[in-house]
Amino acid sequence: MNTQQNIEERLWRYIDGHCGGEEKSTIEQLLQSNVEWQHKHRQLLEIHELLQSSELEEPSLRFTRNVMEEIAKYQIAPATKTYINKWIIYGISAFFVTMIVGFLVYGLGQIDWASSGDTNLPIDLSKFDLSKFFNNTYVNIFMMVNVVLGLMLLDRYLSKKRDERTASQ
Amino acid sequence: MHTGPSDNEVLSRVLQGDQQAYAEIVKRYQSFVFTIALRYVPSREDAEEISQDCFVKAYRSLSDFRGESKFSTWLYTIVTTTCITFLRKKRLETQSLDNEKVFEAADSVDSGFRANQVEQKSKITMVNRAIALLSADDAHIITLFYKGEQSLEEIGQILGIESNTVKVRLHRARQRLKEKMEKHFTAEVSDL
Repeated sequence: MNTQQNIEERLWRYIDGHCGGEEKSTIEQLLQSNVEWQHKHRQLLEIHELLQSSELEEPSLRFTRNVMEEIAKYQIAPATKTYINKWIIYGISAFFVTMIVGFLVYGLGQIDWASSGDTNLPIDLSKFDLSKFFNNTYVNIFMMVNVVLGLMLLDRYLSKKRDERTASQ
Repeated sequence: MHTGPSDNEVLSRVLQGDQQAYAEIVKRYQSFVFTIALRYVPSREDAEEISQDCFVKAYRSLSDFRGESKFSTWLYTIVTTTCITFLRKKRLETQSLDNEKVFEAADSVDSGFRANQVEQKSKITMVNRAIALLSADDAHIITLFYKGEQSLEEIGQILGIESNTVKVRLHRARQRLKEKMEKHFTAEVSDL
């Protein structure tokens, strides 16, 4: 169990303070009695302290001024949640749910439940005529609503882009 | 830790229209942001460009910061995504042990160390050089943990991973750092 890797893993947890009470006292006992653990602990602790005292890199002296000059060209954009209206999301979801339920109801209505004992499919797929769906007035209305919704979404997207461009100017 | 007004106090001034107050935020975090950028790109010019981009992005999206996390955690998330996007765009290779230039740099540092008396300052420099030899991901997680004042959970939030995964990755990163130090800075490590 006490492989080098295992010892190091447990010691790092101990050094980071991520040990539970029981494990902590076990490690403390090992550190008092075991020379290998003592040596490894000293080594890792030194690395830990060096990492803590390692230095951050500094950008050029003009950095803050450059950033301030850059942000002077912009304005703070409105919060995302203010331009994503949740009712649009609900509307799109409702549209798709209605469409799926509609097709399901229609499909189930076409099944001949009396022939359910037969091993063959109750619907003859070769005689399934798709053209009657797309000649139906209701389906045409459905498609039209879909197109209108699409145009509305496109309009909102273009308006958002225009607002962003105006804000950045 | 910073003295003076808290980040949230400064940010509320910025949100009320005091654009100049944002300079305080830039001063507070510029070193850390720049260091993280340098973990991803070897050139200081590129790192500075990325850092500037991060602060501009953070400023423009300030309304989206709802104060549910520390500002630094939110900012470092922007830094991480900006660095990754930059790398994807420029297809820059991150530094690794296989990089010849890095070997040369390590060797020169090594010989430099041998010539000088080993002091605390040079040990810190050695650690910084050893971090530079790590992959960007390893160097990033170590920097976030030791210099970013972030908890494991916050690091997980920044990197988009679970805190347990952070623990494992941090352990592996330190393991690799130790190996690099033993390999490239043998004389100094023996003094540890």
